[in-house]
This record gives sequence, C-alpha cells and structure tokens, in this order.
Amino acid sequence: MIGFLGDVLSWFGDPSNWIGPAGILNRLREHVQITVAATAVSAALAIAPAVWLAHRRIGGTFVVAVVNIGRAIPSFAIVVLFLPISIRLGLGIGFWPTFLALLFLAVPPMFTNAYTGVAEVEADLVEASRGMGMTDREVLTKVEIPMASPVILAAVRVAAVQVAATATLGALVGWGGLGRFIVDGFAVQDNVTVFAGAVLVAGLAIVTEVILAAVERWIVPTTLRSRAAEVETVAA
Amino acid sequence: MILLQASGGFFSWSWVAGHLDDIWARTVEHLILTGIAVAVGMAISLVLSVVALRYRWTYPPITWFTGVLYTIPSLALFAFLVPITGLSILTAEIGLVSYTLLILIRNTVAGVDAVPAATVESARGMGYTDRGLFFAVELPLALPVIIAGIRIAAVTTIGLVTVTALIGQGGLGFFILRGLSLFYSPIGTTQIVVGTVVSVALAVAVDLMLVGAQRIATPWSRRRAVA
Repeated sequence: MIGFLGDVLSWFGDPSNWIGPAGILNRLREHVQITVAATAVSAALAIAPAVWLAHRRIGGTFVVAVVNIGRAIPSFAIVVLFLPISIRLGLGIGFWPTFLALLFLAVPPMFTNAYTGVAEVEADLVEASRGMGMTDREVLTKVEIPMASPVILAAVRVAAVQVAATATLGALVGWGGLGRFIVDGFAVQDNVTVFAGAVLVAGLAIVTEVILAAVERWIVPTTLRSRAAEVETVAA
Repeated sequence: MILLQASGGFFSWSWVAGHLDDIWARTVEHLILTGIAVAVGMAISLVLSVVALRYRWTYPPITWFTGVLYTIPSLALFAFLVPITGLSILTAEIGLVSYTLLILIRNTVAGVDAVPAATVESARGMGYTDRGLFFAVELPLALPVIIAGIRIAAVTTIGLVTVTALIGQGGLGFFILRGLSLFYSPIGTTQIVVGTVVSVALAVAVDLMLVGAQRIATPWSRRRAVA
C-alpha cells in the first residue's frame, strides 16, 4: 500500500504527466470548460421560466414529478444514451454528447429548486407587499426574487457540483476531461493512473463545492442564510 | 454513421425478445446490489444517528464526513477503491453504501428532532427509559421522515448501480456499457435503452413500494412526509 501511494506520488511528480494534450493541465481545462458551459447554459434555460411559473403559481405538481423522475434516471445511462443521439444529429462524439447529457441532467433540478425557492416565499410577505401598493412586477423583482436568491444560488451550486461529477463520464463518449485518466487507466489496468485520476476528480468536485459555497456566503445577506439550507434536502 | 443509416432502426425488439432471460438475471443482480447497499447503509446510519443524537457535538463532523463522501463523483470513488479491493462486489458496495449515509443520517436526525417535546415529556412521565423512549416513541414517530430518506437513498442507489458496470458489476448497467461499445448499431442502442428504461422502472417500482410500506408502518400518519 505504501509502495502504491509512492507510485501515485511519483506519477504526480512526473512533469510529462502535466503537459501536452493528454496532460493534467489540459484535461483540467477541458473539464472546467464543459462544467462552466453546461452549468451556465442550464441556469439560463432553467431559472427564468421557473421563477416566472412559481410567481404565477403554475405547475406545482409537475415540479414534484420532475424531482422524483429526475432522481431515478441514472446519469451514466444519459451520458451513454446521448452518444447515438448526438451522432444522429450529426454532432459527432466527444463534446456534444457530453454537453447535451449534462444539460439534460442539470436543467430539471435547477428548475425545481428555483421554483421551490420562489413558491416558498411566505404568502404573508407577498400579501403585505401588495398591500403596500407594489405592482405585480415589483412583487416579483423586489420581494420574491431577493427572498428566493439564496435558494437559487444554492441550486446553481448543487447543479455545478453534479455537472463537474458527471462530466467525468464524458471520457466514455470520447470527451477529454479528468475522467480520461480513470477510464484509460481501467482500460490498461493501470491502477496508479486510475487512483491519480480519482484524486483529481474528487479534488475538483470538492473545490467546486467549497468555492461556490464561499461565493454564496459572500453574496447572501446573513438574515436570509437559513433559506439556502432548504435546497440541500430538495436536491439530495 | 454509415452503418446506422444502412441499418435504419434505432431499436430492435427482436433483440429484447431473444434476451429476456438475460434481462431478468441482470435485473435481479441490480436489485441485490441495491438491497445490500441500502440495508448496510441503514444499519450504519442508525448507529451514527444514535451517536449524533446522544452526543450532539458529533453531528457536524458526521455530516461533514458523509457530505465529503457524497460530493466525490461515483466513478472517482470506485476508482479509489479498485487498487485496494479490486474489481469486486465489495468495491461496488463500499461505494454505494457511502452515498446513502448522508441522506439517511440527515433524515433520521431531523425526524427524531421533529418529535414534539410534549410527546417526549409525556413518555418520560409514563416511565420510559432512554432506550425505550428512543425505540418505542421517537423512532416510530420519526418513521415518515426516515422512510422519505430511505426512498431517496434507494432511488439514488438504483441509478448508481449502473455505474458499477465500469468495475465489472453493474446489474442493468452491464447492458448500457455493452451497448456503448456497439453504439453505432441498433443492437447497441437497444441495449442502452433497455438498461436505462428497466433501471428507471425499477427505481419507480421500489419508490412506490416504499410509499406503500410507509402507509402500512405508520397508520396514524396519513399526511405526506417532508423529504
């Protein structure tokens, strides 16, 4: 075991494992690139409609159904399933099947969390705002969205961590990213590369979580912080 | 691409008809992998929840540690274990159990915490000991929330079992992985779709069964549990 960990350390110490198209730095860039792209596009697609529908109180049952079904669909299956779909669409292997699978997996939880965040703003508060003479738009932009912002930010964080995790599986459909070390290591039964890849992937997921949690604490006012806790249970 | 156009189809019913035995065997394997993981996860979670409830200061480190396990991507977690436990069922189970812990512990502790103080007081007044109070009063009253946790854990585990195909296990994930190597042919896509659809159906069926179990176990509570 000690000898094995020594091999892993010397793998990390070898500069040739860091540079070049198959090196750690380039794989990390690919991983971060697709994670940021998929999270950003999912947020753009999911959040605005969720906020608006929740404001109008439309589609609550639908949201619950999406949460339950979404949990049941294995991400591994989705990544693999998008390979023939992407090829049929003429988008080829690699980036597109991975990217589309990530969107498919990230949009529903982001939608439902954002929806829940707005829908759960206390009715009294909304009533009071209307009583103060706020227009419908003001209720949305000055009360509901600010009150829901901790939940929405937490939803983005949870989705980003999930996307970073699932992007690992992109290595199975021809994408690069840090998953390559694990998948290629398995293929040639090279446990040192597999283990090193696992360290990198786990590290990236944890760093993503820590950084986004810090951003959240920095943005969200202290008084609203307890609201973000709600999303964990919804998304878990 | 050319093969795909030449063969035309996307799904081959004849493959399904010819492999029903195979599909059944993998479904059973999938359920066994899930059952072991959830059962072991529940046993460990119950112990850790009791510790967390009895010694409050242990709760943050317990949730921190299980939270880290939960954050590690599944493929990476399995990859960590392969050099130690090999491409074995043990590797799959250690990984699968790890993912159930956070959900189960959080729901058990939250469920017991939500038992009304007045109920606990009355039970004490009736002479319940700590142990009796926990098993006869707090745990049964927390059951709806605990079962909500078990539902999430079971459904999540059924999905994750498919990933264990990459370490030589996999249940229905076996079809997904084999389909991946034949992705350009209808036989390949058929296997991917079969693996996915049966796995989702399994998750829905198990979820409904647990809802039923909860209704039977807690006849006094017909309200919906908060997940």
